[in-house]
Amino acid sequence: MFPRLVYESFRRQSRRKLLAGVAITLGVAVATAMIAVATDIGDKISRELRSYGANLLVTPQEDTLDVEIGGVNLKPPSDGGFLNEADLPKIRGTFWHNNIVGFSPMLPVTVRLGTGSEAKDVTLVGTYFNKPLHFGKEDFTTGVRVTHPWWKVQCRDGSLTSPGRGEDLPAACGWPDDSSKDVLVGERLATRLSKKPGDAIEVSGLQLRVSGILSTGAAEDDQIVAPLTLAQEVLGKPGALRRVYVSALTKPQDALAVRDPKTMTPEVYDRWYCSPYVQSIAYQLQEAIPHSHADQIRQVAQNEGTVLSRIKGLMLLVTLAALFASALAVSAAMATAIFERRVEVGLMKALGAGSLSVAAIFFAEALLLALIGGVAGFAAGSLLAHQIGRSIFNSQISIEPVLFPIVLAIAVFVTFAGSAAAIWRAVKFDPVFALRGEA
Amino acid sequence: MFLRMLIRAAVLRRGRAAAALFAMVVAAAVATAMMNLYVDVQAKLRTEFRSYGANVVVVAKEGQSLPADSLANVESSVGSKTRAVPFSYAVARTKEGQSVVVAGTDFSRARQLNRWWNVSRWPNLRQTGSTLAQSSESSAQGAAAKPVNALVGMRAAAAISPDRRPFELTFQGSTIQLIPTGVLQTGAGEDSRIYVDQSEFQNWTGVAPSTIEIAINGSTEEVEQGIRQLVHAFPTADVRPVRQIMEGEANVLNKTRSTIYAATTLIVLTSALCVLATLIGWVFDRRRDFAIMKALGASERLVNGFFAAEAAVLGAIGAVLGFAIGIGVAVWIGRANFHAPVAPRFSVFPYVLVGSILVALISAVLPIGLLRRVQPALILRGE
Repeated sequence: MFPRLVYESFRRQSRRKLLAGVAITLGVAVATAMIAVATDIGDKISRELRSYGANLLVTPQEDTLDVEIGGVNLKPPSDGGFLNEADLPKIRGTFWHNNIVGFSPMLPVTVRLGTGSEAKDVTLVGTYFNKPLHFGKEDFTTGVRVTHPWWKVQCRDGSLTSPGRGEDLPAACGWPDDSSKDVLVGERLATRLSKKPGDAIEVSGLQLRVSGILSTGAAEDDQIVAPLTLAQEVLGKPGALRRVYVSALTKPQDALAVRDPKTMTPEVYDRWYCSPYVQSIAYQLQEAIPHSHADQIRQVAQNEGTVLSRIKGLMLLVTLAALFASALAVSAAMATAIFERRVEVGLMKALGAGSLSVAAIFFAEALLLALIGGVAGFAAGSLLAHQIGRSIFNSQISIEPVLFPIVLAIAVFVTFAGSAAAIWRAVKFDPVFALRGEA
Repeated sequence: MFLRMLIRAAVLRRGRAAAALFAMVVAAAVATAMMNLYVDVQAKLRTEFRSYGANVVVVAKEGQSLPADSLANVESSVGSKTRAVPFSYAVARTKEGQSVVVAGTDFSRARQLNRWWNVSRWPNLRQTGSTLAQSSESSAQGAAAKPVNALVGMRAAAAISPDRRPFELTFQGSTIQLIPTGVLQTGAGEDSRIYVDQSEFQNWTGVAPSTIEIAINGSTEEVEQGIRQLVHAFPTADVRPVRQIMEGEANVLNKTRSTIYAATTLIVLTSALCVLATLIGWVFDRRRDFAIMKALGASERLVNGFFAAEAAVLGAIGAVLGFAIGIGVAVWIGRANFHAPVAPRFSVFPYVLVGSILVALISAVLPIGLLRRVQPALILRGE
């Protein structure tokens, strides 16, 4: 009898049930999408924050002071320590290698341009642009095009090219190949030397080609940026480099992050080591590269955490607002649907049904609606989240499977809560008045 | 008569009217809070982004320094919201003959601008205001008279004064005694430098500031406007936007804004839907009133007008109450998340008001359109 009552109610009042079902579906869809976006936003924004560039710097352990003003290096060229280029792929072997977005080595060399009285000291920086490397069986590419996304290169036809984003960067106009004899000339230096893309330039007896004009808004505008091997050749030290900029995804720092690993107990140490704090990644880089010192670049690393936690907090509150709004929409739809069925309740009660059994029928209907609406809403919400991820972040928003039971439970709970007051009122109503239509 | 009908309708069916109004108020409140937040969040995040430091740098042409009144000039041309810090650089030598870059700056300004600087102790912060007067005296006595407090970069400290003892630096024959008051750690080039107060620096080296780092607060347009004004104010110097900071900021801000925008749209739509469902139920429930009015000879226009007016009044009251509550919610969110009050945006109000009335009207007109086709007699017979 009971299942038949519920079944008949759905069959005969399909239009009304559809309305309530649509409301639940929409509410659940919005809630699912918002929860999915909010849980993933940390990762997404953290990737966007990488557009500020490297947050870690690796330098030789035994190094003399840098003497550099406005991008001009005044330190004697062979002074101080060097790192070994052969050690670089080991960065891919650290514990948090998946969090390391990219790295670029730097080797500044002071060269003399021009002859006679017009001769001038200019810094030539050797680096990777988009260099293919191997670690173990893994092939990957890295370089300034990943770690310095604000660099722009003016190409031969006058167009500006950004480094481009994503894993496999196509050969973009103007950017030199890492194995070529092409260099980039900073825009202010280029104006001074009146060099255009495509011109030849002689540096320390090497005939090089200017493939593009580099604009960075920083010291590089006065420098020449060349493939690392070229800079090593100029310096006469194959395999040498001065520092490595590493761009890594990190977790905002907390009390544990800033503790000294030497004073930790083994368990705390393991927890610290296995958290992607900027400090622990620096520690691991130091382990991976012999005779090196790794430290966070505070300007980037410190602010990242603040911005990230602000945006995460904001999304949390917005998600709460979305949950609240969808819960309200579902409740309103349910309340309206039940209120319209007073006459039916009156009839049931007049025929001798108890309050309990009437309420049970309504709750069973609500449960069924919530489950159907919940499943449909979850599917629609996942699609919505996917769309949001694609259109805003250009990447997939991952939806945790564990979200499904949670969303379903929320849908059932909200539908029940929304119906409870209306069911209560419908059941309490005097059948005589209800049947006479005096509601 | 019309007015009386409206009031009686509200008073007699208190329960249902209150439920409809409640839905209206909550929806308007949520919409207000979200829209307010959307408008305000950019300003709030921009303030957070300013802790990344300068976004514009004014640099003198090579080998020159900026005019003496540059700092005042910067402040007058880009406004008071701006933080500007002068820097001057020189390469000095230690007793052992090691080269080191010494920078002169204004510590209290640098501290405000570069909040990521990890400093063990800032030197003579309080005195910086009065150093101008002192410096004119001390220059008369000779620069090397008394030791000067300095902020020493971590690597510079390790190389020059590992035991934190006072040390001597020489620049073109003149010598200065420095006390390493604090150690500076940034993880970048600053670690290899020594910072001293600008006036002491100038007494010692005679070098005036060559660089001013400026953090212009505001939208992209405001920053660009500021840059144009700076170019105008400093015809002889280079005004360079710090692309790393500006592009990173624009990138993150755009993504966040789009996400909040998507969320706001979804939430406003959901709340509108909620109101629609409630109001349609409410109006549909009153088909008897509708039928009686028509049976008593009310014209279609009067009946439509009555229901529309009712809906509009409900929408307006809901919007006003909801706006007040929504502003409260937005202020609370601002406090909770950004630790700064969110300014109430009254510009949002017209949108909320018009939106509320529109939704209310739609939800009144939809069921009436359905009812109009039905004979009053049928409704009154309860079919």
